[in-house]
Amino acid sequence: MALLSIRDLVKAYPSEGEGLVEVVNVAGFELHPGEQVLLQGESGSGKSTLLNLIAGIVVADSGEILLSGENVCSLSESARDAHRARSLGYVFQNFNLLNGYTCLENVELGMSFGAGADREFALQLLARVGLANRQNYRPDQLSQGQKQRVAIARALANRPKLVLADEPTGNLDPTNAAIALELIQSLCRENGAALLFVSHDPQLVSKFGRVIDLAELNQAVCLSSKGGGIE
Amino acid sequence: MSPVAMAFRGVRERRVSSIITILAVALACSLLMLVWAFKKEAEQSFAGANGGFDAVLGPRGSKLQIVLNALYHLDESPGLMKWEDFEQVTKYPAIEAAYPIAVGDNYRGYRLVGTVSDYLSKHSYAEDRDFELEEGGTLFEEKSMNAVVGNLAARRLGMEVGDTFHPYHGLIYNESAKHEEIYTVTGILKPTGTPADKVIWIPISGIQTMSGHNPKAATDISAALLKFKQGANMAGFQLDMLYNKQGNRLTLAWPANRTIVQFFDKISWFDKILQAVAALVAIIAGGSILAILYNTMNERKRDIAVLRALGAKRFTVFTISLLEAVGMTLAGVVAGFVVYAVLGFAIGEVVQRETGVLLNPFTGNAAMIWAPLGMLGIGVLSGLLPSLKAYRTDVSKNLS
Repeated sequence: MALLSIRDLVKAYPSEGEGLVEVVNVAGFELHPGEQVLLQGESGSGKSTLLNLIAGIVVADSGEILLSGENVCSLSESARDAHRARSLGYVFQNFNLLNGYTCLENVELGMSFGAGADREFALQLLARVGLANRQNYRPDQLSQGQKQRVAIARALANRPKLVLADEPTGNLDPTNAAIALELIQSLCRENGAALLFVSHDPQLVSKFGRVIDLAELNQAVCLSSKGGGIE
Repeated sequence: MSPVAMAFRGVRERRVSSIITILAVALACSLLMLVWAFKKEAEQSFAGANGGFDAVLGPRGSKLQIVLNALYHLDESPGLMKWEDFEQVTKYPAIEAAYPIAVGDNYRGYRLVGTVSDYLSKHSYAEDRDFELEEGGTLFEEKSMNAVVGNLAARRLGMEVGDTFHPYHGLIYNESAKHEEIYTVTGILKPTGTPADKVIWIPISGIQTMSGHNPKAATDISAALLKFKQGANMAGFQLDMLYNKQGNRLTLAWPANRTIVQFFDKISWFDKILQAVAALVAIIAGGSILAILYNTMNERKRDIAVLRALGAKRFTVFTISLLEAVGMTLAGVVAGFVVYAVLGFAIGEVVQRETGVLLNPFTGNAAMIWAPLGMLGIGVLSGLLPSLKAYRTDVSKNLS
């Protein structure tokens, strides 16, 4: 049984002078437990919107997203928040760490809205990404690569079933990009989480068993990269 | 991590503006309490420090001046009254006790008050409170050159039983105005929390016959302190008619404490200014909370979006933002109590030094409940708008 199953998913945003502009139109997509998939797509191909739809941050106009058999699209906002806290991990291109918190606290934040803080596991994750000795550092005291490693640890903190990674290597130099990719993949494997990895970097194709071209998956015609969370 | 801990982080993250806001709230809260609670305490303490007397009879003049001079030992006497007038009033059937007071000299700025020893031995300055001497002390005898020193004056002057001193002419200390007489301290009064603490008591004949004083006024006094018999409700009206309305030589200040209350009423315009200032500071403090949280909301949108992406509900980020406002206000209220205590004790110290009246800044007063609660209310209201902004933050727009 698929962990994630998308059917007839449509999302459109209002655009000045053009009425509604369709951003996502996915007829069907499946991801199995523990599977790691690379979604390749250029800017404006709707990949961030697709991830936000799966995460329940954005609501679909029609269609369904079944995650562990639960239709995300039919959940209330509060239930989608809980679903995100419980079942998903999110890694962003620009890390999105909170500067007022230490590395350890940033990781613990990943648990705060789900099952609750587990300091021991947070420390294990930090050690796993090689930052055990930086647990009390603040994000502004870290390099770009280190920041992304903290963000990866945070994404795994709530023991998610699925990790969504939105261009996580986009702001990193090749060395750190390789480290980050390896960490995401191995941590997902170690924790039994599936991985949906979005990137426009063609060099990552060889790192994934399954690669999907978003241009083929998403039948929507994206005209703009402005507004509405479209990318 | 709980919303409370996250709110604390938010306040700590903007520590400079948070501290300024907390100080503004503290200032507002302490001002509100000072203006209402402390002022009420001052009024009650002054009105209560009437020395246990119902009225003061003095020479023709201002009632306030007579009361301030005879009971609070503050102002100058408006003149002198004849001993015969004092004797006459003591014969009035409703009078339980009358004590003469004579002033005109000081010792290093501390007023010498001439009276009879019965005043210190038989009179209760408040209900069930009599003057008491520190161990080893005795009262002065009439026409002796002895003195009993009020507790505060003794402490300030470093006086002990057996010490001697020369009185100085006038109520203001002037080194060149030394009298020849030498007085010996025979007793120190225990603290009373009344103006009696800040004067030096000597026999009335001492003031009347002091070298250099006008011999023609050797039997005159400054005022008579009157205590009515219990139940003599009409005595005040009758004496008021006799001295104030029908007579023209003397003035009766009755009831003694109402004169002080009326004085406070006369300066109530000043209270209103203080109240307006305190209210303004409270509004500014509320505005400060609103401005800080609202202005920083733009930079915090990304953080809020991240928290939402991690699973925080809208209500959670609303609560965190509101808790920041409440937290800053609470810290300000606590600091406000500290500021109030410091200012209250400092002002109380000055008031006691100048008047002898003891003020307790922590006497129960409704303002000490409604002022902090009011500030909390302002804090919550000020936090609502930025919290609503946090509630409405668009996650997808602010995550990139």
